[in-house]
Amino acid sequence: MARAFTPKVVTANDLLEGDVIYQTEDDRWSRDLSEAELITDEAHAQVRLLDASRQVNKIVGAYLADAVAGENGPEPTHFREDFRRTGPSNYAHGKQETSTQPRA
Amino acid sequence: MYRYSEFDHEFLAERNAQFRAQVERRIDGSLTEDEFKPLRLMNGLYLQLHAYMLRVAIPYGTLSSAQMRQLALLAEKWDKGYGHFTTRQNIQYNWPKLNDVPDMLDALAEVGMHAIQTSGNTIRNVTADHFAGAAADEIADPRPYAELLRQWSTDHPEFQFMPRKFKIAITGSENDRAVIKAHDIGLQLVERDGVLGARVIVGGGLGRTPMIGKELSEFVAFDDLLAYLEATVSVWNQIGRRDNKYKARIKITVHEHGIDAIRAKVNERFLQVRPQFKGADMNLLEEIKGHFAPPAFRDASVASFESAYTNDPVFRSWVDTNIAPHKNADHAIVTISIKKHGATPGDATAEQMRVMADLAEEFAYDELRISHEQNVILPHVHKSDLPAIHAKLKEHELATANIGLISDIIACPGMDYCALATARSIPVAQEIATRFEDLKLEHDIGHLKIKISGCINACGHHHVGHIGILGLDRAGVENYQITLGGDGTETAAIGDRTGPGFAYDEIVPAVERIVDTYLEQRDSPEEEFLQTYRRVGMAPFKAALYPEAHANAA
Repeated sequence: MARAFTPKVVTANDLLEGDVIYQTEDDRWSRDLSEAELITDEAHAQVRLLDASRQVNKIVGAYLADAVAGENGPEPTHFREDFRRTGPSNYAHGKQETSTQPRA
Repeated sequence: MYRYSEFDHEFLAERNAQFRAQVERRIDGSLTEDEFKPLRLMNGLYLQLHAYMLRVAIPYGTLSSAQMRQLALLAEKWDKGYGHFTTRQNIQYNWPKLNDVPDMLDALAEVGMHAIQTSGNTIRNVTADHFAGAAADEIADPRPYAELLRQWSTDHPEFQFMPRKFKIAITGSENDRAVIKAHDIGLQLVERDGVLGARVIVGGGLGRTPMIGKELSEFVAFDDLLAYLEATVSVWNQIGRRDNKYKARIKITVHEHGIDAIRAKVNERFLQVRPQFKGADMNLLEEIKGHFAPPAFRDASVASFESAYTNDPVFRSWVDTNIAPHKNADHAIVTISIKKHGATPGDATAEQMRVMADLAEEFAYDELRISHEQNVILPHVHKSDLPAIHAKLKEHELATANIGLISDIIACPGMDYCALATARSIPVAQEIATRFEDLKLEHDIGHLKIKISGCINACGHHHVGHIGILGLDRAGVENYQITLGGDGTETAAIGDRTGPGFAYDEIVPAVERIVDTYLEQRDSPEEEFLQTYRRVGMAPFKAALYPEAHANAA
């Protein structure tokens, strides 16, 4: 039996900066996981991943990452995605040092 | 120090111009990521978890003060003010922007440095004993030969698309500080009947299938060595497995075919390859040797050193742990610890890099080394200068007296940075160091090497740690496996697994139980951890780590 589909977000790295970005429902890229579109339908997820993968001169390595609905938008389910949305734990670098910026 | 020739400068300028154009084509969309990725990797540019990472080669770990200052400049101008020294004597910048990388490479070229072949299935940066040219126990400085290997392997047309990466390490001493038995090829310089050559070890490696290298030849004279190495890499390039990347390294080829069959193939290939080497390599080696002529060691009294050693206990403690014997009795080898308790192993700020460059220029004949243990070395220091060096290091948090002790931990970047990692390693290292600093036990415990990797690829050399820690992802939670009894020296050994792994918040207490067991079991303070482990075996450590299982079995 096929495994049940679990909710996903589309995530990638920004081509120029390399930082972690998330696809939003209105087709922007946000640095903030809470702004990501939480996808609950498998077919829709594949379409959204295709939408992302086409943007070759903006992003790198788009994939679907597991997430769950939280109080303020999507939350990670795995610690790797938790580090990706936060930054390293030894210095307050990356997303921890700058305020969230809207993306093109 | 090797000085670039006109050819070297032009080669690098051309490579950098090519890469600049490739970056432009990637940004304007004419190259896809699939097309661009192999090109950026050839130039040391990775995409990691949060950002790009630029890995810069420090060939055989040797730097001049001007080069170290340039590394500081890169850290400040294009990164976040620091760099990370790695277990392969490289430096990594964790936060470069794609647009800036061509400028970073041009800045490196100004001081004769590059990031070529720090990635990809090529012959990587050749590493060497970090005490090379200074150690009291070496028969010859291995760096001229390492430089010859760098020139031979850079852009070698036959070796650009190999089954997998290929790593060479070289030492001039019987006491192995370069982990030669855990490299694809390890070379130990030996002299026979007045002729200099090398003992050739092949098929060592860590990663998911750790292997201790085997002896391919007990002696190959220098004038045959390059042809012999070309034959070795060539044999593997042909028969090494390309069907499965996990079975592609030469250690698997040697394991599957057997060392005798590999030796026969290498000897056969050697006879074909040898006529192509007509002595130009030996002429080049002679020229390179001139670049590595030892400095004119100065003569002076060591009385001021002896008086500081007697009167200043902090200085004495630092000398006792961080100083190694130099071949010139009035000189010393200084290891600067980049392992302050609680700091990230191997990370140095731009300011610290400049301080170390200044010290090298003023006191150390303008030379620095990076060790695979992620520390910085001043290889030639007159003993009378040690008090001034120590005083300066203290001002910049660089005077930690812990070389070879429990807090001198090797740790890979782990999941804080690395896209391949399965768990964090940096915070584990930080917490172990802080814990034993709090307990004030470090000097009593003595020589003990902890090595931590955040995934099975073993960049943190955990298999050869006296205590090795491997971070894994077990059902979505960080979990740490422990090995004991590993050894990266001439008596190399792969550590033994203790049993089930430990959760993130259990790993530091587990290490503490191992250390307590050692302190109980050792027959005297002189018996080091590894000796005790070899004498008493795994049982008492297992009993301390898994008391419940022990109770059930009893």
